[in-house]
Amino acid sequence: MTEAPVLELRGIDKSFGPVQVLHDVALSARAGEVTALVGDNGAGKSTLVKCIGGIHPADAGDYLFEGRPVQVHSPRDAAALGVEIVYQDLALCDNLDIVQNMFLGREKRRGLVLDDATMEEMAAATLKSLSVRTVKSLRQKVSSLSGGQRQTVAIAKAVLWNSKLVVLDEPTAALGVAQTAQVLELVRRLADNGLAVVLISHNMNDVFAVSDRIAALYLGRMAAQVKATDVTHAQVVELITSGRSGDLGPQDTPKGAAA
Amino acid sequence: MTALAPETPGNPGKPGSPGSPGKPERPTGPGAGLAELGRGYLDRVRAGELGSLPAVAGLVVLCAFFALLRPVFLSNLNFANLLTQSAGSIAIAMGLVFVLLLGEIDLSAGYASGVCAAVLAILLTNHGWPWYGAVAAALLTGAVIGLLLGTLVAKVGIPSFVVTLAAFLGFQGVVLILLKEGTNVSIKDPTVLAIANDNLSPVLGWLLLAACATGYAVLQVRRSRDRRGRGLAGTPAALLALRIGAVVVLGATAVALLNQERSRNVLVGSLKGVPLVVPVIGALLLLGTFTLQRTNFGLHVYAVGGSAEAARRAGINVAAIRISAFVICSCLAAVGGVIAASRGNSVDPNTGGSNVLLLAVGSAVIGGTSLFGGRGRVVDAVLGGLVVAVIQNGMGLMGYSSGVKYAVTGSVLLVAAGVDAMSRRRTARR
Repeated sequence: MTEAPVLELRGIDKSFGPVQVLHDVALSARAGEVTALVGDNGAGKSTLVKCIGGIHPADAGDYLFEGRPVQVHSPRDAAALGVEIVYQDLALCDNLDIVQNMFLGREKRRGLVLDDATMEEMAAATLKSLSVRTVKSLRQKVSSLSGGQRQTVAIAKAVLWNSKLVVLDEPTAALGVAQTAQVLELVRRLADNGLAVVLISHNMNDVFAVSDRIAALYLGRMAAQVKATDVTHAQVVELITSGRSGDLGPQDTPKGAAA
Repeated sequence: MTALAPETPGNPGKPGSPGSPGKPERPTGPGAGLAELGRGYLDRVRAGELGSLPAVAGLVVLCAFFALLRPVFLSNLNFANLLTQSAGSIAIAMGLVFVLLLGEIDLSAGYASGVCAAVLAILLTNHGWPWYGAVAAALLTGAVIGLLLGTLVAKVGIPSFVVTLAAFLGFQGVVLILLKEGTNVSIKDPTVLAIANDNLSPVLGWLLLAACATGYAVLQVRRSRDRRGRGLAGTPAALLALRIGAVVVLGATAVALLNQERSRNVLVGSLKGVPLVVPVIGALLLLGTFTLQRTNFGLHVYAVGGSAEAARRAGINVAAIRISAFVICSCLAAVGGVIAASRGNSVDPNTGGSNVLLLAVGSAVIGGTSLFGGRGRVVDAVLGGLVVAVIQNGMGLMGYSSGVKYAVTGSVLLVAAGVDAMSRRRTARR
């Protein structure tokens, strides 16, 4: 790996009033890899994602994108860099069809008029590149889709814009077994297509099924970022619950962090 | 969509035959394509997407019912009357569709039309303005009203129900003040009077129909050919022919009927031709449908109505969309007011009052626009408005009192709202 990571965060701090949620967090995500971000409830995963997405800009620390330091103060900045975030609640409009949802807010136009045909072509090409075959028609309304199909649409929307980094917040949390498998396959394919993927998950099976690296947050600190092949299931659980595991993680548990 | 519901040119072809992405299934023959489409349509109906079906069915049933009981219902005179009677409330209902699409309501649209009509009448009659100046001032009044309502809803955050209920009372007062405690201002300007009282000459009626039908056919065929050229699922040729045929046949029948002499006494004056309000409403329908279906503003209206949060995250200025919808609604209410003033030859404190608003809301909902937001089309206002007009007109012919007419119209509105609520539950269940 001589190439710089697509995303590199260093020393990220973030406080909400008197509560410091993130302490000196470092995270990197490389092209072609799935980086799993794990941690218990309240460990700061969502806050970190919002820092990446520009919803809550970090208080301190470096945000490097493709090796260059950048300033990300709003979702627009993040989108301009090629960072797309798929939030847990997906934010799709039920009454619009798949193509309309994928292009919402960034429609293609010919003069005054919407260029439906071009948008449909681009949407079809994107879904094809992700080998999605589960949707019957691109013109069906999102209200008629299953949970897994909705997740697929949300992910396809994120990769439509030549994005370089896609962050997925618990994409499988509400899905059944078969649909989870489909979505995980899709996540893997995103990385195989050359994107950097950050996957947030609570489910160890999912994490080990698709990720190349695992980053564990513990009480707002990055306990460890390791290769998935170097650790066991039990070690990751230990990192999540106690912030250390054997020689992994900080050897002196931060005092007072638990308070 | 069925052949009974002619699609307007601006309406994007409803999803064609379902084809897997990147590999559209081409129908093997026109018959296969139609069967496929028919099945797709039935599936959508079963899933709760009823579209214009209830309104069209209701229209056919009601017309048959009244025609059987009172043959005069089918007379040419009555047909023309029906169109001019409904035009004012159809215009208001078209505006309400934009607000209803957002999941909001405008209870003041009726009296807003009254205020605009009063402005029109006073400027025309008391100040001697030319018709174009007075009509422009009426429309501008509508825009200002919409801007005010929309800002209170979108920026201050007062529920639209409360804002427009207050405006409902307030505008009632404004009309009274403008008309000096209830005087009746008559209108003598020939151009304004022509809007609801004149007819196109028979030849002009045919020319207009020919132009519309040709334009519709060219747009539909070009669109379908473009999609097929790109390998996307286009509308099958058979369905195209069916749609265009339906437009031509329905249009030609209507024009032929309206071009018949319908004066009771030809010596007093000849009365024939398509009423002028028909092309006026037709133009509004085209413009509204184009705006909602073919521009990104329209798409954003649907998006805000479907999920305001998703729209906000997609970078859509939700407040601006809300305010614009209220402006459009009040402007169309102003158009309704102008039509009402023209039809009544005068403006009094009742213009836009009493049941005007309820009939307009009823028209939109009966036509298939959802009260919950996110679903509806401008053509719904026309179809629903015709249903309401047929009920009012037919029951009037049968000699029922106003009381019975109100009760029946109210029940039909309730049924339509019930169908809306149930179809929504049906869509949400999956």
